[in-house]
Amino acid sequence: MLEFMEGSHAVAEIVKRCRPQVIAAYPITPQTHIVEDLAQMVANCEIDAEYITVESEFSALSACLGASAAGSRVYSATTSQGLALMFEVCFNAAGMRQPIVMTIANRSLGAPLSIWNDQQDSISLRDSGWLQLYAEDNQETADLHMIAYKVCEDHDILLPAFVCFDGFILTHTYEPVALPSQEEADAYLPAFNPYQRLDAAKPLSMGMYATPEYYMEFRYEIDQAMHRAKQALVKAGREFGEQFGRDYSGLVEGYRLDDADVALVAMGSICGTVKDAIDEMREAGRKVGLLKIRTYRPFPASEIADALKNVSTVAVLDKNISLGNGGAVGTEVKSALYGSGISVYDYIIALGGRDVRKRDIAAVVDLAEKGKGDMFYGLRTEVL
Amino acid sequence: MAEVEGGCELFSAGHRACGGCGPALAARLLLKATGKNTILVASTGCMEVFSTPYPETAWGVPWIHSLFENAAAVASGIEASLKRQGRSEKVVCVCGDGATFDIGVLCISGAFERGHDITYICYDNEAYMNTGIQRSGATPYGASTTTSPAGSCSLGNTLRKKDMPAILAAHGSPYVATASIAYPNDFVQKVERAINTPGPCYIQVHAPCCTGWGFEAGETLAMGKLAIETGLWVNYEMVDGVVEKAKKVKRKPVEEYLSKQKRFRHLFKPRRDDEIAKIQAIADANAERFGIDIKAKESSE
Repeated sequence: MLEFMEGSHAVAEIVKRCRPQVIAAYPITPQTHIVEDLAQMVANCEIDAEYITVESEFSALSACLGASAAGSRVYSATTSQGLALMFEVCFNAAGMRQPIVMTIANRSLGAPLSIWNDQQDSISLRDSGWLQLYAEDNQETADLHMIAYKVCEDHDILLPAFVCFDGFILTHTYEPVALPSQEEADAYLPAFNPYQRLDAAKPLSMGMYATPEYYMEFRYEIDQAMHRAKQALVKAGREFGEQFGRDYSGLVEGYRLDDADVALVAMGSICGTVKDAIDEMREAGRKVGLLKIRTYRPFPASEIADALKNVSTVAVLDKNISLGNGGAVGTEVKSALYGSGISVYDYIIALGGRDVRKRDIAAVVDLAEKGKGDMFYGLRTEVL
Repeated sequence: MAEVEGGCELFSAGHRACGGCGPALAARLLLKATGKNTILVASTGCMEVFSTPYPETAWGVPWIHSLFENAAAVASGIEASLKRQGRSEKVVCVCGDGATFDIGVLCISGAFERGHDITYICYDNEAYMNTGIQRSGATPYGASTTTSPAGSCSLGNTLRKKDMPAILAAHGSPYVATASIAYPNDFVQKVERAINTPGPCYIQVHAPCCTGWGFEAGETLAMGKLAIETGLWVNYEMVDGVVEKAKKVKRKPVEEYLSKQKRFRHLFKPRRDDEIAKIQAIADANAERFGIDIKAKESSE
């Protein structure tokens, strides 16, 4: 049944149905409503969880790591500066193979201080060993949480995951969202079964140090698990579709792509605007399509190459900038299409919450068709 | 010493600590006090490195290390997790002075403020020993370290040792104690008391480091005793913020302690009586604050 609710509330509701046993979080705009809602649910005994009101994001993720290591399903949420403060723990949690799920309400990083949306925060953690899933709308955001837990806790994977959705654009927006009943959620996501845990009855040491003789093999194992996560995501997404009717078996998703000459590539809420813009361009006879990337880590390079094999031009929309080298997604799409002969152009767009309209999408397509790209789009040149 | 000598060894021989390592002794004694029903949380530091080079481990109880500064936060999560699962293991942090006095203060403060049922043990060897003897907030006045070296215009560390026990007592900790590896039964008893006291408890155990301080490996216990006997280290217990018991001593001059360690050598060559007097004043102030002096007719405890 569809219910009209705020994106943050949809996240809190789905997290409740995932039955976390320990929640540790620190409030930060625009993530705040999620952790407030969860705190209220714990206060109302709607969730049987310990809620730790930590003193920082750094401690939030550290506490989640400890709780996970001791055998509990854990949850946290953050954004922007909070995620930056967690940087060290992010790498550590992945290296220690703790299946933590954390919502990222995507927000730009200072300076200058900005509370508004882009995807620089989670993109900056792309090499931390966390799965990174990006949602287009609030329904997808909610659904991806259940999929994330299922994949992370798979004993063949054991990696943490970010479920990313755009700050304010989705967190504070009301949309109709269908949520499973608790019984339906339980049927999809069984109770946490830790691969190993801190337990006095069976002592083990976790997080030891490794000399050069051993370190590299640990990194290899994480990389292998990340690659295996592709198939696990496909499987979990298909199973989700079979149970709930919303299929997430694709790591990427095409929109009007089959006969397209020009393909836009994007992640997150901008995909909705792009789809509307494409519909308008199609009415004007332009063969334009969209490839939405849902799974940024693991990066679906072969899926992207396969999906785009028939287009001549690709325009990537990057809500992040790898300063000095262009957008992160564009760089990786170019890598995925290397040698294909397809022209790929990258556009840095909508940083720090700048609005994107349908006409901006059409303008990007114009630029790509003229062979102009690899640029910031929509700069206010009068202040430069 | 029956308590100390008895029981099985949960901290194994074969770890890679230096000969005469005070912290290694602290680890061994600590586990005699806690027993098997314990989960240990470590910080990055000497002890983590010498006890767990993958794929070896010296720990006979569940042990976890995450980072340098987050042991108290990790322990908070473990404690919450155990509570939710209805489990009864004791959660004990074992961290060096750098992880405690300096980089970890935020996490410790948060954990103590929230009142988690954990015991936090700081093994205090008074510098960042693992990285090569750099100054920490626990480094005493006058000590030469590699980042507070004595030189032609410097007398080493000019800052006073941070009063961590007072800081944690101010958080409302029900039990804060100092101890020394030179008095093993006392340390073991304090650990037992801490783990059996609900809420966040803190023990700071003085653990001399022969490498960092510059004394012979066989002198570790003697150095720990001298610190107590000079009044530069005081063994005491604080219950609900009130000092209840401080070990009394017939005090010796600080010079006896200082002259035996390379980290204070610059105070003697050339001799700096003014600086030695400043350190004596620190000991005197400790004696006054904790009332540790044995008066003429008072018998030794």
